[in-house]
Amino acid sequence: MQILVIAEHDSAELRPATLSALAFAQSVAQATAGTLQLLVLGHELASVVAKGVKYSPVFVADSPELATPVADRYAQVIATVVKDQSIDLLVAASTSQAKDIVGRAGGLLGGAMASDVTGHSFEEGELQLERPIYAGAAVATVSLLGSPKIVTIRPSSYSPAESKDVTNEVHNLTIESSSLPNQIQLESVESKKSARPDVTEARVVVSGGRAFKNSEDFERIVGGLADALEGATGSSRALVDAGITPNELQVGQTGKIVAPELYVALGISGAVQHLAGMKNSRTIVAINNDLEAPIFGVADYGLVADVYEAVPELVRKLQQQAN
Amino acid sequence: MKIIVPTKRVVDPDQKIRASADGSRFEIDHLPFVINPFDAIALEEAVRIREQHSSDVEVVAVGIGVPEYEEQLRSAIAVGADRAVRIACDQELDPWNISCVLKAFVDQESPDLVVMGKQAVDDDSNQVGQFLAAQLGWPQATFASHVELSESNLHIHRETDAGIEVVSMPMPAIITADLRLNEPRYASLPSIMRARKKKIEEVEIETLGVKIEPRVQVLSVRTEQSSRTCTRVDNVDQLLECLRGEAEVL
Repeated sequence: MQILVIAEHDSAELRPATLSALAFAQSVAQATAGTLQLLVLGHELASVVAKGVKYSPVFVADSPELATPVADRYAQVIATVVKDQSIDLLVAASTSQAKDIVGRAGGLLGGAMASDVTGHSFEEGELQLERPIYAGAAVATVSLLGSPKIVTIRPSSYSPAESKDVTNEVHNLTIESSSLPNQIQLESVESKKSARPDVTEARVVVSGGRAFKNSEDFERIVGGLADALEGATGSSRALVDAGITPNELQVGQTGKIVAPELYVALGISGAVQHLAGMKNSRTIVAINNDLEAPIFGVADYGLVADVYEAVPELVRKLQQQAN
Repeated sequence: MKIIVPTKRVVDPDQKIRASADGSRFEIDHLPFVINPFDAIALEEAVRIREQHSSDVEVVAVGIGVPEYEEQLRSAIAVGADRAVRIACDQELDPWNISCVLKAFVDQESPDLVVMGKQAVDDDSNQVGQFLAAQLGWPQATFASHVELSESNLHIHRETDAGIEVVSMPMPAIITADLRLNEPRYASLPSIMRARKKKIEEVEIETLGVKIEPRVQVLSVRTEQSSRTCTRVDNVDQLLECLRGEAEVL
């Protein structure tokens, strides 16, 4: 299969999620004796391209009109490249950006698409994909009919590809700005830069739920434990709805899906929709003052306690040990 | 102005889903069904737009499915849809074919806006809105958490991995609704009674001229069980011991 992976980046580095997409693509390329290439879209991409060539040949769509990832423009460029290069399989990591952009590209390319794939295999030459459904309560094994096939993968299900000490070719694409759609205007992006790691990339995630009454408490207690463990903070839906935490911290079926080494659920009851976002974490700890909270059903270790008391004590003891 | 709200009939998300022993399908025939929660949010938004605008706004709820779907479409009318349409179909359609059917319906109805949920809570694909926008060549605003209309321009907040993104676009456009766009109202009893008398329009797929060509083949399904057993600890010291010791995570 001729495979094209869409790179997600911050203008300097490839995002770790893209490395997971590359790992899936490499596996399929190997199994089908196929080819793999990366497509990088944006503006002023030298740094990203320099990283990309360590994984595969890179197609570069560099234009001021592509400086920000806007769905109509990006999807059109992606669809054009897929057709021009006779791509059989379009791959991306299942991030909010890919859902928006690669979803639209899928619509331009005939819709043979599977999202949020968590596993794959080949049965008699046919690519079979596993994907979670019903908020992760079930898994469907599917195959895609027609070509090209479009697959987004769940980053936490695929370990990042390893770069090689090579420099693959770069192909610079000509972008006809006048042919690009121009209906969606990006007015602003409000994103707070945090010193903490990204919740989808951290080794440790400490999440808070309804037990926390305000942002200060959340920051002090959930943030405090996250910092003691050099981890990221996450949130249940309830706190985002209440305006206590920002949406990008939400872990769950319709938020972020994480699978860190350690997930600590503080004051989170454990609704199915939240579990969908974290139940594949390697070790799960739950602290909740409700003995019967459903979260204990998916935890490895459970402590029935008031998070306002237990967590500061935990942080103190972690810091003592460190000193 | 006309707003179309595509909806999907899904198993009530609080229900436990069980796969058949042979893994060929889910045993859901006797479970309660509801309108996909995200589509209920989309419908609420459409009704609010009508309530906020003095100009004539028609809200049309549409669903693709079996006759039993009329119950959910009637509740859409009770919440405030002016019309409800069932596109008769007794097979499960994948996102691409759903999009093809909706495109044909949109071509017939010529709405200014299509507002739908960002994903269905059974399939969790989060694709149809984007497919439809691509097929129509319309701008899209996915994962909307706030919508403002002025003249014929839309001003939309989107929830993304990075935070809130603000975009603007002209109509006609597609909006997919995220959780925090609004909190859907409960239909009042008088509205529910009135909705009982309303006719649900029925459209045959053939009249839309759509040829169903599957793109996704479901080979098997299974339910996931948690295989963890929870070790209950009594205090923080014990927890630390476990995490440093057998869990090897600290």
